[in-house]
Amino acid sequence: MLAHQFILNGQTVTVETPSDLPLLWVLRDVLGVRGPKYGCGVGVCGACTSHLDGEAFRPCIHPVGSLSGHEVMTIEGLGAQGLHPVQQAWIDEDVAQCGFCQPGQIMAAVALLRKNAHPTDADIDAAMSENVCRCGTYVRIRAAIKRAALLLRSGAGVTGG
Amino acid sequence: MADALEADTAAPGGLDRRGFLTWVVASPTLMIAARMGLDVPAADATEVPVTATETPLSLYIALQLDGRVVTTLPRTEMGQGITTAVAMLVAEELDVALDAVDVRSADADPRWLIQLTGLSSTMRYLTGPLRAAAAEARARLVTAAALRWRVLAPTLTTSQGEVRAPDGRRLGYGELAEEAARVLLPLVSTRPKPESQYTVVGRPTGRIDALDIVTGAARYALDLDLPGALPTVVARPPTLRGAVQSFNDGVARTMPGVVGVVWLPSGVAVAARTFAQAFAARDALQVSWTPGPASTLSDVDIRSRLRDAIGPRPLPPLLTTRTVEGRFDFPYLAHAPMETQSCLAHVRGTSAEVWLGAQDPKYAQREVARALGWDLTPQRVTVHVTRAGGGFGRRFFNQAAVEAALVSRAIGQPVKLMWSRNDDMRHGHFRPASHHRILAHLGLGGSILGWHHRAAIPTVELPHGFGDVLTALLGEALPDATSAVFFAISQRIPYRFGFASHELREVPIPIPTASFRSVFTSQVGVANEVFVDQLARELQVDPVALRRSRLPSNSRLKAVLDKVVSVGQWGRALPPGVAQGVAVLEEWESAIAHLIEVDVSSGTPRVLRVVIAADVGLPINPKGIEAQLQGAAVDAMSTTLSAGLHIDSGAVREGSFADYRWLRMKHVPSDIQVHLVRSDDRVGGVGELGYPSAAAALTNAIARATGTMPTRFPILDEGV
Ligand code: FES
Ligand code: FES
Repeated sequence: MLAHQFILNGQTVTVETPSDLPLLWVLRDVLGVRGPKYGCGVGVCGACTSHLDGEAFRPCIHPVGSLSGHEVMTIEGLGAQGLHPVQQAWIDEDVAQCGFCQPGQIMAAVALLRKNAHPTDADIDAAMSENVCRCGTYVRIRAAIKRAALLLRSGAGVTGG
Repeated sequence: MADALEADTAAPGGLDRRGFLTWVVASPTLMIAARMGLDVPAADATEVPVTATETPLSLYIALQLDGRVVTTLPRTEMGQGITTAVAMLVAEELDVALDAVDVRSADADPRWLIQLTGLSSTMRYLTGPLRAAAAEARARLVTAAALRWRVLAPTLTTSQGEVRAPDGRRLGYGELAEEAARVLLPLVSTRPKPESQYTVVGRPTGRIDALDIVTGAARYALDLDLPGALPTVVARPPTLRGAVQSFNDGVARTMPGVVGVVWLPSGVAVAARTFAQAFAARDALQVSWTPGPASTLSDVDIRSRLRDAIGPRPLPPLLTTRTVEGRFDFPYLAHAPMETQSCLAHVRGTSAEVWLGAQDPKYAQREVARALGWDLTPQRVTVHVTRAGGGFGRRFFNQAAVEAALVSRAIGQPVKLMWSRNDDMRHGHFRPASHHRILAHLGLGGSILGWHHRAAIPTVELPHGFGDVLTALLGEALPDATSAVFFAISQRIPYRFGFASHELREVPIPIPTASFRSVFTSQVGVANEVFVDQLARELQVDPVALRRSRLPSNSRLKAVLDKVVSVGQWGRALPPGVAQGVAVLEEWESAIAHLIEVDVSSGTPRVLRVVIAADVGLPINPKGIEAQLQGAAVDAMSTTLSAGLHIDSGAVREGSFADYRWLRMKHVPSDIQVHLVRSDDRVGGVGELGYPSAAAALTNAIARATGTMPTRFPILDEGV
């Protein structure tokens, strides 16, 4: 058992757990952060997608021991200072069905838009195809990413990112 | 005043003209219950105050002191958007803002007339009672204001959650909620608004829970906080329905975080401080397993059993000159909801509480009670219904709840039990595989004399029964709905194809099954529409022309078909390797047509465009309907092209979305257009409507692009 310290949604947190514990379970079971979801536990569905130092990553396959000094952001941190434009676009396009995949989809989309302000359909395909949506909301996810890109370029708040 | 009331209300005593019974529930603030009128007691019975404890009911609406309106339904939100549609209906009839309406799923309770979410039935069954209850509530609020102000009730109006008088006085519903509960007789009409006055219903509206979902605040069963609830997973057998012979948990028990190990009928459970620790200890268990009953069966065996069950051809009708035969094979499918089977449970000495996203909470209650030995007192089990991360038929089964309850009792602590994705893929209840033979009997001059479809399908398990739903569906009493009964009432073709018949050959195969989106139509209806195209080829006529010529002239189907043909530009010039396909379906009191364009030039079919036209009658929330139809199209494309299960010696081969190839963003066209055609104001079903003709239209497009009709699904199956 070791103490692991990292930054979670802007706050420093310390947890005492084995180093190899995947972050997803530190978040969900130890810290009570329940936005990131379990969909596979092996990195193939994207339901847990969050950010590590601003890049999309999969907490279900990322051991907590490697996080010292790094910044983790989950869906809870994204909207902490008011809705992020991507969240707003998700509401405007009425994307969600069951919603279970959506925190991961949103975090993947935010990471995409941070690197690429003008994503083409091919860029969206490349960035989003490892996030499964069993309810089949892909058409609206694509529309929401394009809407969010417009919002971001027009300078609508870029907090929380 | 009484005379005016008589004239004003269609049915004094709370039975409105469409047969929905409403009544006031004894409560400090106004609360109206309602039920469908299928088996309503004689009208005079309603003069006796009825309480919610005596009559099975469909829903209730409660006004709160803060003006909020709480609607409680015996239904489960699994992504189909029912809470939004329900809130819209309530907001419409009550004249309150949409965001003043809360919609809750009721706990399991035998008093609910129908507490089952499926068969595309929610809005079909609840729209009437909702309108009646909300209109009744509004009338009582207006009456309460009239009595307080001592003015004539009919001079008052309602808007934005307030009663308003001509002189400008206003009262919020919250302020009237107590007085309204004591109104004996409404002094204004309790009749719902005519559809022509709707301003909320019919307007494309975003989900009322969208903010919760996009901020990560939406709570599914395992997101709830139940102090001390222990993460729990189960080691399961390699084969379906295998059982534990013996096990050694010596190592597992000493591992970090492990709290308990419990022998279950379905496997060995491990409860720990975190799921990661529970998984690690599960993997350290040494278990020997008894093989399950299907362990001698693999795909080839199953396929040949199904083929063998088809039997000899029946005699063709007189004057038949030629018979065309089509054969189709469909695979087992996993529902694979994004949220795996999960349940939070706390069993105390003589009572239990479980939280889960159940499609049939009353069945969950009975099952958990039985597992705990409380068969005769199921009310000791409280089932709280949570939001579910997808259902699709899978959540009619409640093994996770049974397991969670058993573990909680064994270790004396609350548990949160979760199936791994592997568990969910490999130990589910599956949409069964099937084999189909369709015979089209042709006569002289291109006449079609008969259509005979025989389907061999492993028995679909419907242990929860559809009894009350079917009763409602058919308006007649059926003692016990079996899958054969369900097949018989649900399968038909809409065309004038002479003598048409559909037969089910149930084949006993010991692999767990369940209904899947669209139930039998996901196979029978797909095969039919694919074979209609084959028939068009045989007769050398255009598939749209063949369909149009065989549909009744003013049918809803013809209208939706014509819509996709014109919007989708049927027959337009396309590059080599690209083709269009169409298909139609009428079911759940709705009609739908799909036109799909597919490109096969790379060797792997790629869907370029999907155009859908649907007639669901009154579209309560067009945006929600569009979402359901888009989602069903993705289901259909996924399972037609690439997602299907393989059975190897009684075990499911696929274990996650890595090999169960559900479509991804890159496979789905950027546009799935939905056009609504409204022939009247009935409320048709939506949830399952969009699957079969999407699958068939895609198959037909591939057949037209490649020149070969696919007969085995999924089409891109890499084989055994
Ligand atoms: S749960 Fe992390 S990728 Fe599936
Ligand atoms: S919204 Fe249900 S899985 Fe994506």
